[in-house]
Amino acid sequence: MEVSIALSIAWAALLVLAVFIYVVLDGFDLGIGILFGLVPERKNRDVMMNSVAPVWDGNETWLVLGGGGLFAAFPLAYAILMPALYAPVIAMLLALVFRGVAFEFRWRTERWLKWWDRAFIIGSTMAAFSQGVILGALLQGVAVDGRAYGGGWWDWLSPFSFLTGIAVVAGYALLGATWLVMKTEGPLQEKARKLAWGFGVATVAFIVIVSLFTPWLEATYHERWLSTPGIFLAAPVPIAVAIITLAMFRSLTIHKHEYRPFILSLVLFALCFAGLGISMYPYIIPTEVTIFEAAAPFNSQIFMFVGAVILIPIILAYTALAYWVFRGKIDPEEGYH
Amino acid sequence: MDALLLARIQFAFTVSFHFIFPAFTIGLASYLAVLNGLYLRTNKDVYLRLFRYWIKIFAITFAMGVVSGITMSYQFGTNWSVFSDRAGPVIGPLMAYEVLTAFFLEAGFLGIMLFGRNRVGPTLHMIACLAVAGGTALSATWILSVNSWMHTPAGFVIGENGQFLPQNWLEIIFNPSFPFRLAHTLTAAYLTTAFIIGGVGALHLLRGERDNEGVKVMFSMAMWMAAIVAPIQIFLGDMHGLNTLEHQPQKVMAMEGHYESHPEGAPLYLFGIPDDETQELKYAVGIPKLSSLILKHDLNAPMDGLDTIPDDEQPPVTIVFWSFRIMVAIGFLMLGVGLFSLWARWKNTLFTNRWLHRTAVAMTPSGLVAVLAGWITTEVGRQPYTIYGLMRTEESVSPIAAPAVAGSLLFFIVVYFLVFGAGVFYLMRLANRPPLLAEPRAKDQKGPIRAAGITPASQVILADADDPGIARSRINWGPGGTPKLDTTPVPDGEHFTGDDQIDDGQASEDNPAEKPGDKNGKGE
Repeated sequence: MEVSIALSIAWAALLVLAVFIYVVLDGFDLGIGILFGLVPERKNRDVMMNSVAPVWDGNETWLVLGGGGLFAAFPLAYAILMPALYAPVIAMLLALVFRGVAFEFRWRTERWLKWWDRAFIIGSTMAAFSQGVILGALLQGVAVDGRAYGGGWWDWLSPFSFLTGIAVVAGYALLGATWLVMKTEGPLQEKARKLAWGFGVATVAFIVIVSLFTPWLEATYHERWLSTPGIFLAAPVPIAVAIITLAMFRSLTIHKHEYRPFILSLVLFALCFAGLGISMYPYIIPTEVTIFEAAAPFNSQIFMFVGAVILIPIILAYTALAYWVFRGKIDPEEGYH
Repeated sequence: MDALLLARIQFAFTVSFHFIFPAFTIGLASYLAVLNGLYLRTNKDVYLRLFRYWIKIFAITFAMGVVSGITMSYQFGTNWSVFSDRAGPVIGPLMAYEVLTAFFLEAGFLGIMLFGRNRVGPTLHMIACLAVAGGTALSATWILSVNSWMHTPAGFVIGENGQFLPQNWLEIIFNPSFPFRLAHTLTAAYLTTAFIIGGVGALHLLRGERDNEGVKVMFSMAMWMAAIVAPIQIFLGDMHGLNTLEHQPQKVMAMEGHYESHPEGAPLYLFGIPDDETQELKYAVGIPKLSSLILKHDLNAPMDGLDTIPDDEQPPVTIVFWSFRIMVAIGFLMLGVGLFSLWARWKNTLFTNRWLHRTAVAMTPSGLVAVLAGWITTEVGRQPYTIYGLMRTEESVSPIAAPAVAGSLLFFIVVYFLVFGAGVFYLMRLANRPPLLAEPRAKDQKGPIRAAGITPASQVILADADDPGIARSRINWGPGGTPKLDTTPVPDGEHFTGDDQIDDGQASEDNPAEKPGDKNGKGE
């Protein structure tokens, strides 16, 4: 019994890791799509696209691992959450279709180029927004009836989930902008710096607003964040957010800092994840289903765990290889590689 | 319509659309790896040309496969949540292994395969090609294990909460129908690709590209595949059918149109109109006792019909009966093309026999049709169950209101037709252009003229004005849409070639029309 509890915690940690890797990796390439609308020049758009073209597919695979891992390790949670989040999940999938094919299609046509650019912008923005809505809807809780979803098909929509939706769009745009600071030069880099400022301010503002809202959604969150002893564990997170925020904005003003803004924005996302973890643990569906209740049987979790422990480091190694191969600034003359 | 039917239509629609892309990319990835290997081994330029020609098509198809596949990984939960809850402990881990071993492998190395030749050198680039090809096949292996388990479940017990609990993973993975389904489906994917490649080659042969080495090589390779693999596939299909007879007899009854039992040898029906209401095959045309011979290897072997199966456990016969016939008919047509090509090869008319070429062009999409027909046969033949004999489709569905499912289905239909329609259009346009080979006039353009980025008019004419792969790279579209010749290099719209360009200058010298512009942009 002890072992299976530890295993469930390990799986939850692994899933959080997968989702976090997804959020930061696809975060910056969805962010590129969101920023596309603010960078009208053809040549700059080509450079932006090229900066993520070799890696976006791998980035999106982490989303499949997130969904597949949830299905495999916590099938009950998967079975309750997917119907509960039906509309935003479908919207996200369709949005990802548009932005995914735009990578290939926009190089194949002149006539329709601007339409595929629009598909890329709207698809990326919509996917980010849907993911934010999913987060908000999860945090505010879903109705559970036995082993199934017990609510209606509009329950996910609320001012809070709308807010988290916009917050994620802003956050991804920040990641995209700091990524561009790292990967580009000259006027485009300058523009990216400015965009990073704007979306940085927006992101931090949304982090504050969402954080102020959250403790009042559920008694559990309130307890974690605002009463002893939870507050001692929780308090370092907002303090760290404040420090990282200042460091990031300072870094954006220093010309020779090209990598640092991106890394600091990643740290910002990691801190938000830590905050979410503090709110939610040990629930996988807040205040309804814990990770232990939703856990797949020991046989399933251990079978996958062995594989995951061996394979994920290998995956990280060759993913790192792919990033290493395509390191450095994007050459605007290189075309679509 | 009720929510169950809508959910079934949505799943069938999205999975059918998804299936056609991997059916093509599984074979194409291997073909590309073979081409790259041949190029590295022989150093013959033609293989590199073909690699570049097909990799553009591969990239678009792969992207469509990825995005339509992400949808599938979530749709189990959105629309089949009860199934997901109960079967998750068994099939979830298999799908997780698919992601961990196959999807990441493909995605991680795809970038290097497409863009990285000059960055990583030939060895690592070749490894990337093999990783992508292996990844696609591995992905098929895992998902077919999942699918096979739903047909022939094994290695589990049913828990108190209704979940299927894994007991023996080897029995689960290597469940009884898995080896047959895997062999039959993978072979189908390779055959599908061979007929698409052969059809494109034949098209250009018909258009007079008989001196185009690339066209000849691709056509010849595809016809070898057809001749060798089509008979193997028919044999594998037969094995798979016998396996199905053993484990899912009512599926075979529906495929055969056997409503009645035949105690003294069953006929092989070639035609008929199945009627589930009256439980009879109308206007049946059949060959006596042949079905018994094929399935039992004995003319007089008794065979049970659907009359031995309760009505509420029968699959819908009409769909299974016809989709099976379509698949089999295409299989034999493929065999015919393979034999035709052998005959033409023997007569030394492989590149001149116009009837062979016309047939091959007509057969271009045949693999895709056969794959879908086969898929429909096996999946509809499993009905009314999702997990054969244990869990019914009607119990598997999510508790979602019909309007929500209708709405999502509508969006899927509109988006898929729009997006994948456009994608298929771009694929066909790429395939409509022959692989450009060493053209004499290209040599003339070496040197200062090309270095200045000026393109001879003849090449502009060659280019489709809307195909940036050719046109945009040399022409800057000035204000008002007037093309002006540009002296500064413009980013090459041609997909992955800028990269191949650099490590391999000779190709571009031979062939500026396929790879224009870069040389002056990068190399010199």
